[in-house]
Amino acid sequence: MNLTAVDWLIMAVYFAFVLGIGVVLRRYVKTSSDFFLAGRSLPAWICGLAFLSANLGAQEVIGMAASGAKYGIATSHFYWIGAIPAMVFVGVFMMPFYYGSRARSVPEYLRLRFDEKTRAVNAISFAVMTVFSSGISMYAMAKLIQIMHILDAPLGKLGVSTTSSFHLSIFISALIVLVYIFLGGLTSAIYNEVLQFFLIVGGFLPLSFLGLKNIGGWNGLKQQLPTSFTHSWQGLSSAHSNPLGVEFFGLVMGLGFVLSFGYWCTDFLVIQRAMAADSMNAARRTPLIAALPKMLFPFLVILPGMIAIALPNPPTTTTAVTGHVQEFNQAGKGLIPAKVDETTGLPQVDANGKPILDYDLAMPNMLLHYFPTGILGLGLTALLASFMSGMAGNVTAFNTVWTYDIYQSYINKHASDAHYFQMGRIATVFGIALSVAAAYAATRFNNILDFLQLVFAFVNAPLFATFLLGMFWKRTTGHGAFAGLLSGTFAAAVHQGLTLPVGAHVGIKGGWLRSLHTYPSEMAQNFWTAIWAWSVCFAVTVIVSLCTRAREEKELVGLVYSLTERVSEEHVRWYRRPAALGVAVIGLAIVLNVIFW
Amino acid sequence: MGVDIRLPIGLMFSIFGLILTVYGIRSDPAIYARSLGINLNLYWGLLLVAFGAIMLLLGVRRQRSRM
Repeated sequence: MNLTAVDWLIMAVYFAFVLGIGVVLRRYVKTSSDFFLAGRSLPAWICGLAFLSANLGAQEVIGMAASGAKYGIATSHFYWIGAIPAMVFVGVFMMPFYYGSRARSVPEYLRLRFDEKTRAVNAISFAVMTVFSSGISMYAMAKLIQIMHILDAPLGKLGVSTTSSFHLSIFISALIVLVYIFLGGLTSAIYNEVLQFFLIVGGFLPLSFLGLKNIGGWNGLKQQLPTSFTHSWQGLSSAHSNPLGVEFFGLVMGLGFVLSFGYWCTDFLVIQRAMAADSMNAARRTPLIAALPKMLFPFLVILPGMIAIALPNPPTTTTAVTGHVQEFNQAGKGLIPAKVDETTGLPQVDANGKPILDYDLAMPNMLLHYFPTGILGLGLTALLASFMSGMAGNVTAFNTVWTYDIYQSYINKHASDAHYFQMGRIATVFGIALSVAAAYAATRFNNILDFLQLVFAFVNAPLFATFLLGMFWKRTTGHGAFAGLLSGTFAAAVHQGLTLPVGAHVGIKGGWLRSLHTYPSEMAQNFWTAIWAWSVCFAVTVIVSLCTRAREEKELVGLVYSLTERVSEEHVRWYRRPAALGVAVIGLAIVLNVIFW
Repeated sequence: MGVDIRLPIGLMFSIFGLILTVYGIRSDPAIYARSLGINLNLYWGLLLVAFGAIMLLLGVRRQRSRM
C-alpha cells in the first residue's frame, strides 16, 4: 500500500494533538482525584462521548464490520437489543448508587455494599482482565499495520527490514498512550476519547456513503445478499433459520439481558467515565447520551462489512483495484479474501471444502477500495484511533483499580494523597509494560489468549446478578454475593465443559468434561453459558443471603434502592431528566428494530 | 476543566479540513476513480472545515464568558 505525504501529514497532526492534550492538561492535575476521576468535574456530553468511545476498540470497528459481513444486519442485535437497553438501565436505575455512594470505582462499591472479599475477587480479576485486553488490542493493531503494509515504505527508505514494523507499532502506540495518560490522567484519556469519537465518525462516514452509492442504496444491497442478511428478527423463531444460529429466547436473555447488562452496568472501564461527571444528573445522563450515537453505529461499522461481502468478486465497479491488503483470490467473496495457508500459498478450506474467509479484513479492504489518498490518511488515522482509545480506556481503569482497590486496600493503607497520585502514575507505566508483554505473549501462544478470554467470560457472566441483587434487594449479604459469584463462574465453566457448538472439536470450544449437548453455533453456546452462570449466581446469592445475617439498614443508605431517597428532578427540564431521556432512547431503538425487522 | 475541549477538536478538524480541501483542489482527478468519480478530499474537507469552525466558535465563546 502506498501512502503519500498528505496521508502521513494527517496522521502526524492527529498524534500531535493527542500528545498536546496530555501536555496541556498536566497543569490541572494536582491530586489523586484529578488523576483517577478527572476531579469529578466534566459535563455530561463529554462523559457520554467518552463512555461510548472507551468501548470503541478494535472489537467494535474491525469486529463489527467482520460480523456484518458474516451475519448481515442481525449483527445490529449487539446494539439495538444488547447495548441500548443496558445503557438506559445503568443510567436511570444504577447510577444513583455508583455516583451517590461516592465510591471511586466499581470494586469499591462492592466493598461498601458487601464486604472485603467480594471486592477483592472483583478488583483482582478486573485488573488482570484490563491488562490483557489492552495487550490484545495492541497486538491486533500491530498485526493489522503489518498486514496492511502501512509502515513498509517508510521503513524501506530507512533501510530497515519490514519485519520490524510489528515491534515499531507496539512500541509507538504504547509510548503515545503512556505519555498522555501519565501526564493528564483520566481527563486526558476522556478528552482524547471524545476526539477519537469525532475522528471515527469523520473517517468512516464517507465509506458507508460511497459503498451504498456504489451498490445502489439499501435496495441494491438487498438484491446482492440473501434475505436473512437484511432482516434482523425474521427467522429467529428457530436457531436453524437465521445466520446467527441462535433462537429468540437465547438471544434476548443471553445477549440482551445477561451479557449486555453484565458489561454496560458493571464494567468499571465504562462506569469510570460516568463517575467523572460533575453532578449526579450528569452522571445519570452519561450512558443515555452515549446511547444516542451508539444506536447509529451499525450504519458506520456493520454496513461497510455487509457491502464488502455484497460486492462482486473480482470487483467490477469503476474503481481501480490496486494495492489491496491481500491479492484477491477467486476463493474470496466480495472484498473479503480467503485465508491463505502460509506454507502452501493455497486458500484454507473448512471440513466441507469451502474456503475460510478472513472477515476481519472487511473494514481495512473497504477503506483501501474506496478511499483515494488524502482521505485514506483520515480513515487509517480513525482506525488507529479506535485501537488506541480501547487501550487507553483499559489503562485508566487499571491504574485506578490497582491504586485504590489493591494497593490502598491491601498494601499501604495510610499514605498521603500525593503518594497514591504518584502510585497511579507508576501503575500507568507498569500497566502498559504488562500490556506490551501480553501483546508479545499473544504472538507466541495464541491458545493461551483464547483460554484467558474464556476464563474472563466465566468470571464476567454472573456479575450482573450480584449487582442487581445488591442494589435492589436489601437482604443480600456479603457472604451471599461472594458465594454467588464463585458458583456462577463455576457454573459457566461446567456448562461450557459439557456442551459443544456444532462442528467444533473437543477442547477450548467446549466439551472437555463430556459432550452432553450440541449447540447450532458458538454464539448460542456463549449466550447459554451466560444464562446458566447468571441464574446459578442469582439463586445461590439469594439462598446464602437468607441463611446469613443481614446488615443493619442504616449502613445501607445510599447503596440500596429501597433505602435511598429518590433524586428530585422537578426543577430540571424534561430533556435533562434521565427517565425522560431513557424513554426517548428506548423508543428510538424500537423504531430501528421495526425498520430492519 | 481548564481547557474547553471544543478548542482542540475545532482546531484539529479545521486543520484536517484545510489539508484535504487544498489537496483536493490540487490533486490529479484520476485518483478519484476509486471514489466513484467524486472528489472526496475536496467535499469532505470543506465539511470538516465547517465542523471545525463551529466547534472553535462555541469553544471560544465559552472560554470568553468564563473570564
